[in-house]
Amino acid sequence: MKKIALSIVVASLVAACGSQEVKKDVPVADRTTPTTQPSRPATSTTTSPTTQPAIAANPLTDPKNILSKRSVYFDFDSNVVKDEFRPVVQAHARYLVDKKDARIRVEGNCDERGSREYNLALGQRRAEAVKRVMTVLGVQEGRIETVSFGEEKPAAAGHDEAAWAQNRRGDIKYAGE
Amino acid sequence: MIRQLAACLLALAALGARAQLTIDITTSGGRQVPVAILPFAGESAQPQAVSPVVGADLARTGLFRLVNTVGVSPVPTEPSEVNFVDWQARASEALVIGKVEPQADGRVEVRFRLFDVQKQSQLASFSYVVAPAQLRATAHRIADVIYEKLTGEKGVFSTKITYVVKRGTRYELQVADADGANAQAVLASNEPIISPAWSPDGSRIAYVSFDQKKPIVVVQNLAQGTTRVVASFWGNNSAPAWSPDGTRLAVTLTKDDIAQIYAIPAAGGEPRRLTVTPAIDTEANFSPDGKWIAFTSDRGGSPQIYRMPAEGGPAQRLTFEGTYNVRPRFSPDGKSIAFVQRESGKFRIAVLEVDTGQVTVLTDGTLDDSPTYAPNGKMILYEAQVGGRGQLAAVSSDGRVRQRLVSSAGDVRDPAWGPLPTN
Repeated sequence: MKKIALSIVVASLVAACGSQEVKKDVPVADRTTPTTQPSRPATSTTTSPTTQPAIAANPLTDPKNILSKRSVYFDFDSNVVKDEFRPVVQAHARYLVDKKDARIRVEGNCDERGSREYNLALGQRRAEAVKRVMTVLGVQEGRIETVSFGEEKPAAAGHDEAAWAQNRRGDIKYAGE
Repeated sequence: MIRQLAACLLALAALGARAQLTIDITTSGGRQVPVAILPFAGESAQPQAVSPVVGADLARTGLFRLVNTVGVSPVPTEPSEVNFVDWQARASEALVIGKVEPQADGRVEVRFRLFDVQKQSQLASFSYVVAPAQLRATAHRIADVIYEKLTGEKGVFSTKITYVVKRGTRYELQVADADGANAQAVLASNEPIISPAWSPDGSRIAYVSFDQKKPIVVVQNLAQGTTRVVASFWGNNSAPAWSPDGTRLAVTLTKDDIAQIYAIPAAGGEPRRLTVTPAIDTEANFSPDGKWIAFTSDRGGSPQIYRMPAEGGPAQRLTFEGTYNVRPRFSPDGKSIAFVQRESGKFRIAVLEVDTGQVTVLTDGTLDDSPTYAPNGKMILYEAQVGGRGQLAAVSSDGRVRQRLVSSAGDVRDPAWGPLPTN
């Protein structure tokens, strides 16, 4: 039920943004897919049995933990957090609810097309979209700063759709990282 | 509070690293005025010859054709020595002669004369006494005089440009002469630098720094090398634009909401919100008379160019064709706005006539961005992507002349053309 309510909230927030292209990316209410996603922290099913560290791994950096995943990818001209990336955002939201002293910055990014400053604003909108998923789940607004790098920090250096898809993203960074 | 950023020290270290820009004319249209520029007597004994710089300045505009002066002997250096009939036979309409003479104090005197060949009359005559190191700058001043006499418009050969060079992970804000010479890094960083904007008097450059891992607005005093953070609020701080009197900046902040436009004192201080919308409002630019701010907003569903009173208030939409019109810059006379237009997936520089709404597309690139007017309004410098690299290019505001500023090193981007020198 929570899942459905969230989809509705996000869809209405997206509509409120007023961007013309986002409509085609309004998430379809798929009620089955998200529940199949593993969202339990620290008990990953994709373990590769290697040497166990003597001390407890930092869940934020442990590659076996979903919290080590930090990026959310977006469609062209869209700031909709797609279903496939919701588990990652939700896991970080739960971590923030538990860890009252943790603070994050969400960094929005764009592909290179268009003007630098308008892209900076668009990246901000993507970062805000990630933040809203988290605040709906109970994280206080003041603990999430949203900033944008626009098109200035591409993850992929190419000039084609494959590179652009890597560059339309939001990154979650914890304070002190 | 003046803060010396660590980046400033880097800038000093980077002064040696120069990337020269050379300017090629790729297209020129219309009639070109034939001009003969003779070698200046005595210039070859100086560290910098004057007449070649004058000729290159004029030729680069695409408005002039340099008449061949090879074989002219003796080379006239005084009006009495000029054989106007000979120059009429060479189909030259204007003629420039001059000489460079060392002075007892180590300086040099540069004299030049400009003639109308048909009327056999003198149009201008000037003398400058300068240090030998100033000979290149003097050549630009001479070219400015000639350009103004022959076209009726101010020359911009003595102006400066700034732009960002990216090499690997290193970013430099460089300042160069308008012909690309004397490029110097005024700032270096391992984080991006974007949106440089000259103060109206040319003494300072505002830009967006990412040194604090987020965009903040910094103003740097060029002569002193000091920097001042003027906007570092919660969220993003970007898109600085100077008011024509130099006292205020319009900036885009996200501290209260989505990207919105605020006014802030140029020395820093409390921002005052100018736009209140649930949409993106950014890329402010003041009209030269200070009455208006043009900006980009997607309040209507797609990004379009609007204008509002400089103190905020009701906005009026200015662009209606297409779904992507961004990054407005007023022409120096305030009658036109250069901007970036997306058409069929390609991003081009276009010009809007404010009164009529007529739009003319000037460029034919794929990812053109960041148009900036020369202070005489005749050329628009912009960023183009060539072979996957950012390069600077320029187009005349009537679209007839095109130049490419060729750089050997890195990505060159985000240009801003400085004001006319104040003297």
